[in-house]
Amino acid sequence: MLIECKNIRLAYENNTVVNDLSFNVNKGDYLCIIGENGSGKTTLMKALLGLKSVDAGSILLGESLKQNEIGYLPQQTGIQKDFPASVWEVVLSGRINRLGLRPFYSGKDKKIAEANMELLNISKLKNRCYRELSGGQQQRVLLARALCATQKLLLLDEPVAGLDLLATEEMYHIIYDLNRKNGITVIMITHDVNRALRDATHILHLHKNDVFFGDKSHYLECETCRKFTENEAKSGHGCCEKGGCHCHG
Amino acid sequence: MDEILTLICEMFQLPFMLRAIIIGILISLCASLLGVSLVLKRYSMIGDGLSHVGFGALALATALNVTPLYIAIPVVIITAFLLLRVNDSGKLKGDSAIAMVSASALAIGVIIVSVSASNVDLNSYLFGSLYAVSNEDMYLSIGLSIAVILLYVLFYNKIFAVTFDESFARATGAKATIYNMIMASLTAVTIVVGMRLVGSLLISSLIIFSPLTSMRLFKTFKKVIISSAILGVVCVVAGIVSSFVLDVPASACIVVTNLGAYILFSAIAALREKISKKV
Repeated sequence: MLIECKNIRLAYENNTVVNDLSFNVNKGDYLCIIGENGSGKTTLMKALLGLKSVDAGSILLGESLKQNEIGYLPQQTGIQKDFPASVWEVVLSGRINRLGLRPFYSGKDKKIAEANMELLNISKLKNRCYRELSGGQQQRVLLARALCATQKLLLLDEPVAGLDLLATEEMYHIIYDLNRKNGITVIMITHDVNRALRDATHILHLHKNDVFFGDKSHYLECETCRKFTENEAKSGHGCCEKGGCHCHG
Repeated sequence: MDEILTLICEMFQLPFMLRAIIIGILISLCASLLGVSLVLKRYSMIGDGLSHVGFGALALATALNVTPLYIAIPVVIITAFLLLRVNDSGKLKGDSAIAMVSASALAIGVIIVSVSASNVDLNSYLFGSLYAVSNEDMYLSIGLSIAVILLYVLFYNKIFAVTFDESFARATGAKATIYNMIMASLTAVTIVVGMRLVGSLLISSLIIFSPLTSMRLFKTFKKVIISSAILGVVCVVAGIVSSFVLDVPASACIVVTNLGAYILFSAIAALREKISKKV
């Protein structure tokens, strides 16, 4: 087991957003966290990363996973949009967790950075300026950086936000391959329920008092899914409408 | 032409000018190195706020008859920490908090100067003076620049990671808060020492100008840092020399030189873009 969350409660500015939540993540899982805005998805991810403490309960990391060995793909900030940095500088900075007290990156760090750039097919962009890349290329650079920090677990916060259709498809494909072929465990926040149901092995659905956690096939049959997808269908972009869901009801 | 050269030779024989140039070089080096991170993290206004607080603290110290640096340095460092906190907590918008603090500190400083009987030259506080710098300032600036350069060399990779993406750096175990605090306190000391030379109204230009100028032309973090350090030093020396030759205040000359460099770099960048589009 990689991560075990037991009865955790998370509050954000004194509002409890997640209450009494328990779930596990095993090696090789592809967990999608879905839910409406404000349901606590990002807060939960921050807690998993150790950026935020839990107000009750506990998050245990499996014996082989250290807190700083989680590869994280945050949402882009305004700062990065005009940051003068080469692709190489950004990818290599993913090795910062291995620096410890050393001031400089070693040959091994550089090899790993190069290998990850190769894996994500961005070696050619090595000397390009990060801010001049397309959105899809930037996300691949940040994903390569995240991979430099981990071989085990990736946490992705809406990795396709702001990407066009083609780049979105490509990004999902890369993430799917990393999970299935390279055996990297993935936890991803997404709004795209349809896609979550296609690629994920497990679903965590956060909704005020109505939380679902389990594998995908169970989710499709559950009450939470039915309600959620009904609402989504009403608002015109639900998964039922697109035919990706097999809810009963 | 010869006249100007003799004038410049003369200048280097004056001990206070030599001291001013040494301090100018060291302070601008520190300011531009620290400035790259501050500008990129959208903290440019912090420099401005701190310099005004520094002014208030200097005025207070003079009124109380205490060595100015003993009061100014701790006060400005504490303010820097507070401003960082305010910025992070997001309760009060960072920029408005800074504007408020800086205006109040300036106002309080002016009141203290007017009320206290001491015959302080307000002008030299606000716009700096080449004569105001002492040997003490010089030793302090030597120590400071050694600290800043060491910090940059030893923590270069961590500074990059924290500046580029603080949440990623934190998630992978970097102590971002500590780096932010170190940077803030070094910035505070740089501002207090530099203030005597260029004055509290224009000191923040030393911090923001050369990083901004370098970013026009260079596209990697390393190049921006190196260019910014060189540019900062060149502009300060050019500014001080021309202030001596033209007999105008040094601070204004330094800022105008920086502005000239910015325009030059922007023009080159525009030209380069035009050429690359044609090709």
